[in-house]
Amino acid sequence: MPTLTINGRSLSVDAANDTPLLWVIREQLQMTGTKFGCGAGLCGACTVHVNGEAVRSCQTMLSDVAGKKITTIEGLAPKGDHPLQKAWIAEQVPQCGYCQSGQIMQAASLLAKNANPTKEEVVAHMDGNLCRCMTYSRIQKAIMRAATEMRTASAAGNERRPT
Amino acid sequence: MNRHIKTITPETTDLSRRSFLVGTAATGLVLGYAGVPGIGEALAAPSSFEPSVWYAIAPDGLVTVTCGKADMGQHIASTMAQIVCEELGAKWSDMRVALASNDPKFNDPVLGAQITGGSWSTMMNFDAMSRAGAAGRMALTEGAAAAMGVPASELVVRDSVIAHPKSKKQMSFADVVKSGKATKTFTPDELKAIKLKTPDQYTMIGVSVPQLDIPSKTNGTAKYGIDVMLPGMAYGAVVTPPVRFGATVKSVDDTGAKKVPGFIKAVTLDDKTGTTSGWVVAVASTYANAKKAAAVLKIAYDGGPNAKVSSESLLDEAKRLQKLDDSGQFFVKDGDPVAAFGSAAKVLEAEYTTSINIHAPMEPMNATAEFKGDILHIYSGNQFATRSGAIAAGAAGIDPKFVVMHQMWLGGGFGRRLDADMMVPAVQAAKAIGKPVKVIYTRENDMTMDFSRPLTYQKVKAGVDVDGKLVALSHDVVSAWPTARWGIPDFLTPSVDKKGPLDSFTVNGADFFYTVPNHYVRAIKNELAHNATPSGQLRSVAPGWTFWAVESMIDEIAAATGKDPAQFRIALLDGKGKNDGGAQRLRNTLLAAMGLSGYGTKQLPKGEGMGVACVSSQERATASWTACVAHVAVAPSGEVTVKKLTVATDVGTQVHPDNIRAQVEGAALWGLSLAMYEKATLKDGGIEQTNFDSYTPLRMSQMPEVAVAVIANGEKATGVGEPAVTVVAPAIGNAIFNASGARIRALPITAEAVKGAMKA
Repeated sequence: MPTLTINGRSLSVDAANDTPLLWVIREQLQMTGTKFGCGAGLCGACTVHVNGEAVRSCQTMLSDVAGKKITTIEGLAPKGDHPLQKAWIAEQVPQCGYCQSGQIMQAASLLAKNANPTKEEVVAHMDGNLCRCMTYSRIQKAIMRAATEMRTASAAGNERRPT
Repeated sequence: MNRHIKTITPETTDLSRRSFLVGTAATGLVLGYAGVPGIGEALAAPSSFEPSVWYAIAPDGLVTVTCGKADMGQHIASTMAQIVCEELGAKWSDMRVALASNDPKFNDPVLGAQITGGSWSTMMNFDAMSRAGAAGRMALTEGAAAAMGVPASELVVRDSVIAHPKSKKQMSFADVVKSGKATKTFTPDELKAIKLKTPDQYTMIGVSVPQLDIPSKTNGTAKYGIDVMLPGMAYGAVVTPPVRFGATVKSVDDTGAKKVPGFIKAVTLDDKTGTTSGWVVAVASTYANAKKAAAVLKIAYDGGPNAKVSSESLLDEAKRLQKLDDSGQFFVKDGDPVAAFGSAAKVLEAEYTTSINIHAPMEPMNATAEFKGDILHIYSGNQFATRSGAIAAGAAGIDPKFVVMHQMWLGGGFGRRLDADMMVPAVQAAKAIGKPVKVIYTRENDMTMDFSRPLTYQKVKAGVDVDGKLVALSHDVVSAWPTARWGIPDFLTPSVDKKGPLDSFTVNGADFFYTVPNHYVRAIKNELAHNATPSGQLRSVAPGWTFWAVESMIDEIAAATGKDPAQFRIALLDGKGKNDGGAQRLRNTLLAAMGLSGYGTKQLPKGEGMGVACVSSQERATASWTACVAHVAVAPSGEVTVKKLTVATDVGTQVHPDNIRAQVEGAALWGLSLAMYEKATLKDGGIEQTNFDSYTPLRMSQMPEVAVAVIANGEKATGVGEPAVTVVAPAIGNAIFNASGARIRALPITAEAVKGAMKA
């Protein structure tokens, strides 16, 4: 039985190697925060991290993730308080909310690499994630808010560090 | 004119036949309308399935409001809680929401059914939720007065605390509930007589409180229909035929499917509700396996009567029907347009079309069905529990009273989840295998089997007199009739020529607030389209196409008579006769949008232009007054860039200003998406677009600047989810004309069409 390293835990699953990671996460592990949207890598609703990279779990087979670290929306921050999640609440981003796990995971992979993105970089990074409620402007604002918070926290952390 | 709001209110919802209950139950204080004994049971599921309540206050003081409306992102559950909270005097952090089952006690107090649409929810529930909240406050206050031994009239209620300032005594709501002293009951007359707060006394209404559902939508915990897990559940993948509607299954060969691990059965639907045709469900232990099995089923179809129908043939049929004098029924008939055309100084004629459009909410359609004893349990996010429960019952061959609908958060609705097709495969698969089954549509199923916005064809003729005044307008609207499909007579509207009922959800908006002495609107049912492309209500419904025609034509008339299109509209909005009130509000909204956008105040660069439109969506009786100024740039290639949309909307009263902005912006971007990016086509009876590569809603990179001005002038709260959808396309079309001289009459707008129109 394949073993998945997901949200810091090792879990064995009973599924064929050609099963999309999405369905293993949702059905076997019953982590339903990761959503099915198109099954073709066109909408981003199923976005998770594999070794820190945002990937479409509907296009990622179980065999692709052997020995790799998977993070889902449930594991992004232990208490659901990642700066992006806090910013999503502060900006009151979600409407129906269905795409938002994927949006947050996609955005998190950007901020992990680029703590000070321009608007153009945000748009380029997020353009594969559809939001049918069209919450795009709030998504942008929330990403910028989270980036600011992360930079501020990081700067504060640096100040406290002994020289 | 629409009359359905009055006519569909059955007697059973009459407050005079109900009593309002306030009493302490073991679990807390419950408040709600009790159904008349016997009637509720006869209409739907027995009331014992769920407690009959609008809200309950638990001994810990938490107030849980049960929302009878589908929450598809408009945060209506939170809004209902906010309205209750205002009158109840609770602290916002004590408020919780729950989603109602299909128990008729949760029916809309005005509509008499559980249906969510029309941008009706806030306007039609404001009074009932306010009175429910006020009654609770009064009951709690009397209970506290008894417990504290002070006069109720000296008590002050605020933030879930009932205080007696003179003695400095106080009790929390939790204390009163635990004391068991809140026992006051209200007769219908007493309820009606409750003096509600006046707007100047509001402390909650008009405040952008944090939406109660949002935290769960940032951490993956919000449960949608697709997330339902039941013990022992199997999964169903649907195989749909190449023809949208009318195909039948001749044979199913499951030889290959039997080799798929976990495959259980292929179930050919026997749908006596007429909702689906020619569907097979592959049932397996997992969804991945169900899909694998579905992919290898060999199914032979009879394509049926619609197998050769295409978008072109639908349009040809629409044109043929429009030319017939006796087609359709009149929705509006004022004066004598035909005679007026004869004496007009100038007559303009134009044809406007819109394509088939697909809802494509991000959560594909799904439903989970479980038979438990005599009861069929359905888990699905749905906008029309009353009808969908009946469809599920029909699919199961049982009485609707044995169906319990468990409402979930909706991963987008936009009208798609008014329909109940997803119930049928879930129910029949669950019945066939004797286990709960969750059916999930693939995106391909979802797109090709959408109850789409119908293809529409409109012919508008306008007559102006020698002074350039619009004196006559005739307007024919040819389309499939989405609401007629429901088979509920009360949702149809009598025609003014007494030729039988018409589907006003194909012509709403055409009964505009401009003063035109000779005006007719004819609703013509395109039977071919009705059968071949069963249509649905897509966010904003008819005004999404009627205003495309009306607001484009108004612009064409202004251009033909050499007038500024905004000033021309203002002159037509003179508020005479039946238009008094509405016309002035619409004029003011237009002026607000003009002001905010800087319309007419600056010289735009070559190739850029501004266009205006103003609408009374959704219906004449339920209008929100909305205007848009679109600013576009048009390249010589015909490429259109929408630089900015400025939308002003008069909503009367704002319950939640931030939510209104979110809804109006989302609606405006929907309008843009429909105007520029979304097109579905029919070929050989089937929808050609199958996923987001070929059906392409707006993405982040395509989003223009959007400015929203909300006018709250103290009138009654109106709807905000849809109206802004309808105003955008004509504003863009008019802006393209202003920028380039190209007049576009077909949606969606393409660069080829713009370039072609520039040359002409």
